[in-house]
Amino acid sequence: MTVIDRLDALFPPDRVITDPVRLRTYECDGLTYHRATPMVVVLPETTEEIAAVVKVCAEFGVPFVARGSGTGLSGGALPRSDGVLIVTSRMRRIISIDLDQRRAVVEPGVTNLAITEAVRDRGYYYAPDPSSQQICSIGGNVAENSGGAHCLKYGFTVNHVLALEVVTPNGEIMEISEDDFGYDLLGAFVGSEGTLGIATKITVRLMRAPEAVTTLLAAFPNIEAGGQAVSAIVGAGIVPAAIEMMDALAIEAAEAAVACGYPPEAGAVLIVELDGPAAEVESQLAEVIAICVGTGSFEQRVAASADERAKIWKGRKSAFAAVGRISPAYIVQDGVVPRTSLGEVLAGIDALQVEFGIRVANVFHAGDGNLHPLVLFDDTAPGEGHRAEIVSGRILDLCILHGGSITGEHGVGVDKARYMPRMFTDADLDTMQRVRCAFDPGGRSNPGKVFPTPRLCGEVPRVRKGSPGEIF
Amino acid sequence: MLGHTGVTVREAGPGDAVGGVLPRWVARPESVDEISVVLAACADADLAVVPAGGRSKLGWAAPPERADVLLDLSLMHDVLEHVAGDLVVRVQAGIPLARLAEILAKAGQELALDVPFPEATVGGTLAAPAPGPRAYRYGNARDLLIGVTVVLADGTVAKAGGKVVKNVAGYDLGKLFTGSYGTLGVIAEATFRLHPIAADRCWLTFECEGWEDAGVLMRSQLEPSAVEIDRPAVGMSMVAALFEGPAARERALVARELLGGGEVCAESPPWWGRPPGEPLHSLRCRVAPHIPDGVSVRGSLATGVYLASGPADLDAWRSELPGHARLVGLSGEVTGDRWGPNPSLPLMRRVKERFDPGRRMSPGRLAGGV
Ligand SMILES: Cc1cc2nc3c(=O)[nH]c(=O)nc-3n(C[C@H](O)[C@H](O)[C@H](O)COP(=O)(O)OP(=O)(O)OC[C@H]3O[C@@H](n4cnc5c(N)ncnc54)[C@H](O)[C@@H]3O)c2cc1C
Repeated sequence: MTVIDRLDALFPPDRVITDPVRLRTYECDGLTYHRATPMVVVLPETTEEIAAVVKVCAEFGVPFVARGSGTGLSGGALPRSDGVLIVTSRMRRIISIDLDQRRAVVEPGVTNLAITEAVRDRGYYYAPDPSSQQICSIGGNVAENSGGAHCLKYGFTVNHVLALEVVTPNGEIMEISEDDFGYDLLGAFVGSEGTLGIATKITVRLMRAPEAVTTLLAAFPNIEAGGQAVSAIVGAGIVPAAIEMMDALAIEAAEAAVACGYPPEAGAVLIVELDGPAAEVESQLAEVIAICVGTGSFEQRVAASADERAKIWKGRKSAFAAVGRISPAYIVQDGVVPRTSLGEVLAGIDALQVEFGIRVANVFHAGDGNLHPLVLFDDTAPGEGHRAEIVSGRILDLCILHGGSITGEHGVGVDKARYMPRMFTDADLDTMQRVRCAFDPGGRSNPGKVFPTPRLCGEVPRVRKGSPGEIF
Repeated sequence: MLGHTGVTVREAGPGDAVGGVLPRWVARPESVDEISVVLAACADADLAVVPAGGRSKLGWAAPPERADVLLDLSLMHDVLEHVAGDLVVRVQAGIPLARLAEILAKAGQELALDVPFPEATVGGTLAAPAPGPRAYRYGNARDLLIGVTVVLADGTVAKAGGKVVKNVAGYDLGKLFTGSYGTLGVIAEATFRLHPIAADRCWLTFECEGWEDAGVLMRSQLEPSAVEIDRPAVGMSMVAALFEGPAARERALVARELLGGGEVCAESPPWWGRPPGEPLHSLRCRVAPHIPDGVSVRGSLATGVYLASGPADLDAWRSELPGHARLVGLSGEVTGDRWGPNPSLPLMRRVKERFDPGRRMSPGRLAGGV
């Protein structure tokens, strides 16, 4: 009996994929330069089916990888050629919605946006809003602790998930909830990138839609002036729902792709969204506009309707894909710096562009210092891809140097595992490994991701005994 | 002897008991390194260690199976870094929250946690979280924590997270240690996300018979920061909603109209955010809970997280609550099972085994001997 024989016995034929052509669909996630063909793909429809697959993996000592919609940008869902890829795309049911308790229970394959769509007409929404929200799955969001433009005010996935049903790497079905007294296992699981098991049911918080939303587009002569405006807004005690910034190159790309109509002479644009009770939003909008003018903004547009708001956001939301219009190839980087270091880090990125002759377009969540530099290169020009990779890595070094992080929302995956030792000591990583070993002693759940050198979960150290008198 | 390490150690006295268990010594480290030295020495001698901060919650949860050393963190009371422009603060775990609040207020900022016990330290608040009214808006300690330095039972010093609000690199050990009651290791330093202090605050309070449903407020778009109930053992209940921000008073007035009455006021009611008394129980329930005779309840109608007080047989009470509800005996005399159901206990046990295989860190303070 092989693993595939066992899966064939468990599932109807259309839900076990071994045909090499069909397997190719699953070779990579959104980070397309890491590819591997899985040994087999299964499409379960229930928690029990996932548990059964995971048990088969345990029995054969074979690794497994969960996959939602495959939009991840760090190679988290990269399959193993010796393992099973468990795809949640057939688990798309919204199990329950309780508006009185402001919560919904959903299956992992449900898309992020589908949750909001299910409750929007009743005046509720699900807050975390990754730009990929039309396609990415809530299971993937849980694994990556995904954020979005609005997490500045509302927080990340981890702040909006109230309980999970998970299949552990041994194949047990367990519940973890914020109501449990003791360790915050829910907080440890969210953001663990599929290495602690598979989330099979997700209870999320629903929020009441704000009474008023207003979106401001402010154009600045350069990125420094935009940065000053961000600091001043935050310094004034205002917490906007979102503050996003784009530099001239990113604006040019967005214009080419979606004709968003941002002021063409802008060296930087800032998108500031305020939401909440109408009276509050109104007074803060006036303050934010005054701050922008005071820091050198030469044009401000306030969206007067939902359509106009969508138009302002369109340029920002399409920015990643848009750079494809101005460059044959690019790397999407994701780093974080303390907001007060933004200026210095951007100057550092400028210096790198000059040193390596590589262009970088900057798009970022300015409110929380999360940079998404898009490192542009021509993959047909010899050596350029290599130089772009160096620039991309140097940007992470800049982030670490300024006390930031190597990833704000895209995750470590396979892509950044090698950078982890630049941010964490061996002791830090070994301690995280203890969590891993508690959940997954066999190291079968998405191995090779997050941690640079997967350690084996050996025997727990023996208790040493001595006499207390020797010490005190 | 620990003399060469410079760590202050003294004999324990009756005031150092943890839930009735008297440790032999009290160690008072002044740095992360000193914590590490003490824990490594305790590991060598198989001494059990109980970390302590402001001692406001040392009597909470179960008493430890054994306690040799009380690790008193009160000398680690400094703010290590406060970058106002980043709305981030890094502190030593022994700093009392009241003192931290004073320091942050000078910059017009706050750590948005309302702790029911003013002497509570940062470390104690993470290890033994207690609900505060504004958790509805700002989240709990775990939601505001962005970085942590911990020391494990074998003296290993490890950190996770960092000092930026957005960061998904590695496992979030800070969250894992939240609620750990000293059973995984010592929380030595912590970094938090801060908020600007609201320009204005306004409370709407009203009286009601028994339990009140906050549905009207929650369905409105007035965005209260907190909706609390005070339901005494006898007499009328009070509900209070807090509004924060530039239009706080206007919103409180609209809320009053919606509710058809109440008093709008710039001060919180006296019971706001205070524990109801002893013995203390933690109650989580998303619908109006059954409340036994003689028991008072305070807490959030918005989140369904409450503190209850009064003599009660916890088993009998649980049988009257819906299945999703959780009732745990926090402090004082407990009748019946202290813990009640906890579906994640098997996973908690496995984590404990990996972090503290020698069972030296506050052993037995949590459910199932964890
Ligand atoms: C154009 C574009 C824009 C993006 N914008 C954002 C953004 O604004 N913010 C942001 O945070 N991210 C963004 N992303 C990244 C990506 O969309 C998110 O990481 C998303 O959460 C991935 O979801 P997915 O369903 O595609 O997961 P996948 O890519 O399929 O998987 C991601 C990881 O989750 C694991 N996983 C999947 N399902 C489960 C499960 N049920 N249980 C346990 N583990 C599981 C996988 O093993 C893998 O490690 C963007 C991506 C693209 C392509």
